[in-house]
Amino acid sequence: MATISPDIQRSRRAKSATRPGDRIFSGLSKGSGITLLVIMAAIAVFLTYRAALAISEDSTNFFTTFEWNPANTPPVFGIAVLAFGTLVSSVIAMVIAVPVAIGIALFISHYAPRKLAKPLAYVVDLLAAVPSIIYGLWGAIFLVPYLDGLNKWLDQFMGWTYIFDKSQDGVARNLFTVGILLAIMILPIITNVTREVFLQVPKMHEEAALALGATRWEVIRMSVLPFGRSGIISASMLGLGRALGETMAVAVVLSPSFVISGHLLDPGGGTFAQNIAAKFNEANEFGRDALIASGLVLFAITLLVNGAARWIIGRRKEYSGAAA
Amino acid sequence: MSHAIQERPVSVAPRRDPLSHARLPRWTPAAIAAGSIAAGIGIGLGAGWHSKVQWGLIAALLFVLVTFAVTTKVEGRRQAKDRVATSLVWVCFVLAVIPLVSLAWVTISKGAQVLDLYFLTHSMNGVLDAEAGGGVYHALLGTIEQVGIATLIAAPIGLLTAVYLVEYAGGGRLAKAVTFFVDVMTGIPSIVAGLFILATWNLILGFGPSGFAGAMALAILMMPVVVRSTEEMLKLVPNELREASLALGIPKWRTILKVVLPTAIGGITTGVMLAVARITGETAPVLLLVFGTKLINPNPFEGAQSSLPLYVYEQYAVGTDAAVARAWAAALVLIAFVMILNMVARGIARWKAPKTGR
Repeated sequence: MATISPDIQRSRRAKSATRPGDRIFSGLSKGSGITLLVIMAAIAVFLTYRAALAISEDSTNFFTTFEWNPANTPPVFGIAVLAFGTLVSSVIAMVIAVPVAIGIALFISHYAPRKLAKPLAYVVDLLAAVPSIIYGLWGAIFLVPYLDGLNKWLDQFMGWTYIFDKSQDGVARNLFTVGILLAIMILPIITNVTREVFLQVPKMHEEAALALGATRWEVIRMSVLPFGRSGIISASMLGLGRALGETMAVAVVLSPSFVISGHLLDPGGGTFAQNIAAKFNEANEFGRDALIASGLVLFAITLLVNGAARWIIGRRKEYSGAAA
Repeated sequence: MSHAIQERPVSVAPRRDPLSHARLPRWTPAAIAAGSIAAGIGIGLGAGWHSKVQWGLIAALLFVLVTFAVTTKVEGRRQAKDRVATSLVWVCFVLAVIPLVSLAWVTISKGAQVLDLYFLTHSMNGVLDAEAGGGVYHALLGTIEQVGIATLIAAPIGLLTAVYLVEYAGGGRLAKAVTFFVDVMTGIPSIVAGLFILATWNLILGFGPSGFAGAMALAILMMPVVVRSTEEMLKLVPNELREASLALGIPKWRTILKVVLPTAIGGITTGVMLAVARITGETAPVLLLVFGTKLINPNPFEGAQSSLPLYVYEQYAVGTDAAVARAWAAALVLIAFVMILNMVARGIARWKAPKTGR
């Protein structure tokens, strides 16, 4: 570059700047990028604005109230029950889904016969595309009656643990069932990302372990899992993000009520997204603002979870997590 | 590992290689599996349990324990752990397959009972909740219109953003911010996107529910997916192609339009179609913004419309036998729609894949 005289440099810059096509096209594409940022900012700003309208009218503490009656005079509503239900159902989903997803990812990447592995990965991809309302329909009509038996069994033999003590009768439309359904729904995404990471374990690490006489399990424990740890964490958090924001499946399966109960098998409870879907139709404009306020909390939580997941992925450049 | 074999290698040598272990015969796992299933059934019958799940649990538990015990005895602890890990991985796989097979089976078998040409070509106009009949035409129409509008909004913006990120930005600060927020945007719950349009379009600007409002929320959900997939595809385009074109004196924008994009078009199409498949199944924003109706409303800009996922939800909520049957049929239509999109998209990806490795 140093050999090019300033004259030529200037003329070249001038020329590229005067090409209208280039200017328009680069402007358009840059504008699109900025549009995306503006949309994100607008979501935050407008939700906050409408939420503020609602919360300023709330006669009780928005974060600790166990009630949702924005139509009362004065309005009474709070997100304590929703936060609890969202947390509990997501935790149940994670506890079930993460180990199973790691198992399936290992199965596809290390255990399955070659011929089976590819179609399996394909099927897992397809499963991620099944609409959530169909999971909900299946959950409500097929899974709930089926889990009634499991509930009775848990109540009978695990009742002493308090959380599995069923203190009220009723079908299994409870947070436990919701957790199981959410686990099934987030399995594909966690499996996909984890599998992608497992496939990127350097072959040398595995072969070195094998050469030392390690069994297959020892290879996995010593070379695959340590390499994939951050991938597993971020995949789990992506799954958690999905579970937190899932609306329709929860709305269809849960029989909601505004109580907090440590008995997971008792019907009742609610989640942020489910509450919005369930209360929306009967809400007036103020009620909708109140729902927007709860949606803002959900937005903030998922933003944190997803941001953290992406940050963990971003620290490792070897894989992009693009499959998510 | 090396038990005291070396002490007297000569006498053992004819029977066993000193470097190898005693191994269980290959049929052992199958035999143990058969035995534990039989035992599970026996115990289940003996105790009079009806739930087949308990039988299965007992059998699985027996299988793991017996395998561990036998392998420890014959092959040693490390091999035993390996076998247990293998069976656990298989159990995970089976555990995941059961609900998914059941989901597919239930949807197809229940949906096929109602689904026919009449169902696809009639609306719910004048059909009572409890009576059979009626159809899904209005919902299908609504879904196609809403998804079409959403694609028209989201695909160009997503495409251009990806072009900006790959071709123009060169890792600047704006590009980093866009990349990060695109990633975060992928994780926005669909109901939040719906609430955003509700807050701006409906509550602040005062418009009523319409297909277009729903389409805008769907577009928000679609954009990041398009950006991510297009970005990956553009990165796969070999740099030599760009350089060859630029060396011929062709402006950058024409290089992108005539060389880069056509090279990656297969992958880009796949990405857009997968994004379309994803938003087709979204219910929550449609529930908030499109509102649902029994009538055919071909105008997405005026008045309530319906859509397939919303139709499933409404019919399920009605709860009568006829309505639930309709819900299953609509679910089958929806899942078929989404799956066909997916398979075609992945077919295009395989067919048009760039020949540069991978």
